[in-house]
Amino acid sequence: MKVSIFSTCLVDLMFPDVGKAMVEVLERLGCETDFPASQVCCGQPTYNSGYLEESKQAMINMMRAFEHSDYVVGPSGSCIAMFHEYPHIFKGDPQWEMKAIALKEKSYEFTQFIVRVLGVSDVGARLEGSATYHRSCHMSRLLGETETPFLLLENVDGLQLEPLKNSDNCCGFGGTFSVKMPEISEQMVDEKSACIAETGAEYLISADMGCLMNIGGRMSRTGKPIKIMHIAEVLNHASPANIRPSAAKGGAFL
Amino acid sequence: MSMQTDKRDFDTRTADGIGDAFMRGAVGSAQDSLKTRRLTAATSLGDWERWRELGQQIRQHTLENLDYYLEQMADNVERRGGHVYFARTKEEASGYIRDVVQSKQATKVVKSKSMVTEEIEMNQVLMKAGCEVIESDLGEYILQEDDWDPPSHIVAPALHKNREQIRDVFASKLSYKGDETPEHLAGFARKVLREKFLEAEIGITGCNFAVANMGAINLVTNEGNGDLTAALPKTHIAVMGMERIVPTLEEMEVLDNLLCRSAVGQKLTSYITVMGPREEGESDGPEEFHLVIVDNGRSEILAGEFWEALQCIRCGACLNVCPVYRHIGGHAYGSIYPGPIGAVITPLLGGYDEYKELPYASSLCGACTDVCPVKIPLHEQLILHRQNIVSQGRTGAIDRAQMKAAGKLLSSPRMFRSTLRLANPMTKFMSKHGRVVRGPAPLSGWIGVRDMPQPVKERDGFRTWYENRTKKEGGRLP
Repeated sequence: MKVSIFSTCLVDLMFPDVGKAMVEVLERLGCETDFPASQVCCGQPTYNSGYLEESKQAMINMMRAFEHSDYVVGPSGSCIAMFHEYPHIFKGDPQWEMKAIALKEKSYEFTQFIVRVLGVSDVGARLEGSATYHRSCHMSRLLGETETPFLLLENVDGLQLEPLKNSDNCCGFGGTFSVKMPEISEQMVDEKSACIAETGAEYLISADMGCLMNIGGRMSRTGKPIKIMHIAEVLNHASPANIRPSAAKGGAFL
Repeated sequence: MSMQTDKRDFDTRTADGIGDAFMRGAVGSAQDSLKTRRLTAATSLGDWERWRELGQQIRQHTLENLDYYLEQMADNVERRGGHVYFARTKEEASGYIRDVVQSKQATKVVKSKSMVTEEIEMNQVLMKAGCEVIESDLGEYILQEDDWDPPSHIVAPALHKNREQIRDVFASKLSYKGDETPEHLAGFARKVLREKFLEAEIGITGCNFAVANMGAINLVTNEGNGDLTAALPKTHIAVMGMERIVPTLEEMEVLDNLLCRSAVGQKLTSYITVMGPREEGESDGPEEFHLVIVDNGRSEILAGEFWEALQCIRCGACLNVCPVYRHIGGHAYGSIYPGPIGAVITPLLGGYDEYKELPYASSLCGACTDVCPVKIPLHEQLILHRQNIVSQGRTGAIDRAQMKAAGKLLSSPRMFRSTLRLANPMTKFMSKHGRVVRGPAPLSGWIGVRDMPQPVKERDGFRTWYENRTKKEGGRLP
């Protein structure tokens, strides 16, 4: 199966290990990958701020970049949910509406692709320890995917999943929200961090680096030690030697 | 109360809310307990999603045929001997009500809870005309006695107050001598209010739904005060937002189901009443019935891109799940309509001059859209507001410049690649031990309270890794 990798800007800028893990897992599962180099960003930061025209340019760039892909897979429920909004945004646009629909139909969040397209729910990963999972709002509500991360995590050998209180409450990231309304965002991430700390888990796992950067950044600042892992890193984790150095050091965040 | 509850700016109001530990505790625990109750009540109905779809269809059908149903409603009320008044503005609405009250030479008015009467500033107008106006909903009564403290929730107006605060209000204003037990407080208020019901010459209620083919109004309450307000005084004035109408009892039944379950997690509230003008041979009810149908900007909303906001049945479910409302409380919105639906309709009714921050008071988590029993795309409408605010040039020059630059960067592969190359060296002077520790706004808002990793060097980046391994391995795996 041919899969085009959508890296997302946060992975490009700050979290290369997440992208690497995603590629390695997909290839291990028999996928052939490519990386269309003209991809940039799904356009969400400007779109959610109300700058529609600016966003459309970014979206058009993405439709072009992935025009010839069979499948597009990205390590973020939020960015993929943005792709799924394109048909709504370009509705009635003679040039782009059909392309928007085409991109939506072939785009999958990483765990969704593994379970729903590849039909795999056990990737043979092993990670010793206890973890709690943060479900991102955009993945669960906008993309409508609430099952695949849990299916995959249940089959990670050695991993004990702890339930998270108020797991459906937003962590306060919201992209530009966190910088436009920092005081409110801070209250939200503090409550989320407290719930996470309460689980006593060693790892916080999610399928969205935005949320993880927000929660991890706050927990690191407030001195609550927890190891942050993107689910791609968990699924790529087979032996202790493989663990991302930052997580292995227990450096909370970095 | 007018729609605007606080003239201070948004940041000040928000800081007040965040600083009010009691209010946040009360809102948090109300949200948490309502979540379970709502879910139980919703799922006990069967396929909740299909009920929501039905609710949406009913609301959209009536909005699309609003002129027809309003005319039918008006004809039926008049046929039954009632009076109907279409008010284009809030001034017309409250002026008409004042005129009716004055024509009866009445000075004692009792009312039940109604958001639209707040919107049209009815209480102020009546009090200015020399009337005593008594709120008979317990929550509203508490707020009234507390020098008209504004409501902070559209269903539970005194949600921000605890029992000790309520005891203190009753003690200082009404010489209450008892303790803070809820039963004692409610019993005391009931005694005072019973007298008021018996004295009142005019009863004013809202209207959950007007039933067009009957010329009747539907009231949904838990305290029974709505029924007493409508039935005891000689004159009953019902005030409804123009959009709050259903074709028949059948649609009312669906919407009442959605309303009660979404609002308070009950299958039905204690009192669900259908009433109207008293007809020949009926033994009780008011001698005179007036229905005031309020437009006040709704026609304009209906004609525009926000028309779905008029589907709202005022259940408050979106407030009950909103993580922003949870932490700042209702007063921070500065409007009688707080929470996600408030952030959508307040700027529509009151304009961006006063309320342009509200659409940004959301992380766009979508919890509101998900819970709405009539499927209003709330978070999408918040984005739509933001688009309007941008296109009207109401965002700051810095924001505009940053977003325009972001738009260019995010659509240019070449510029983005340069950014990936420069991000690490350029953040060197802002970073320590691999973390960004200082930076200009808006970044400063983030790093003030959170750590942020420094962007990686290009040679360590994902793209470089992918390109190198493709070269090394001669391309993809078979």
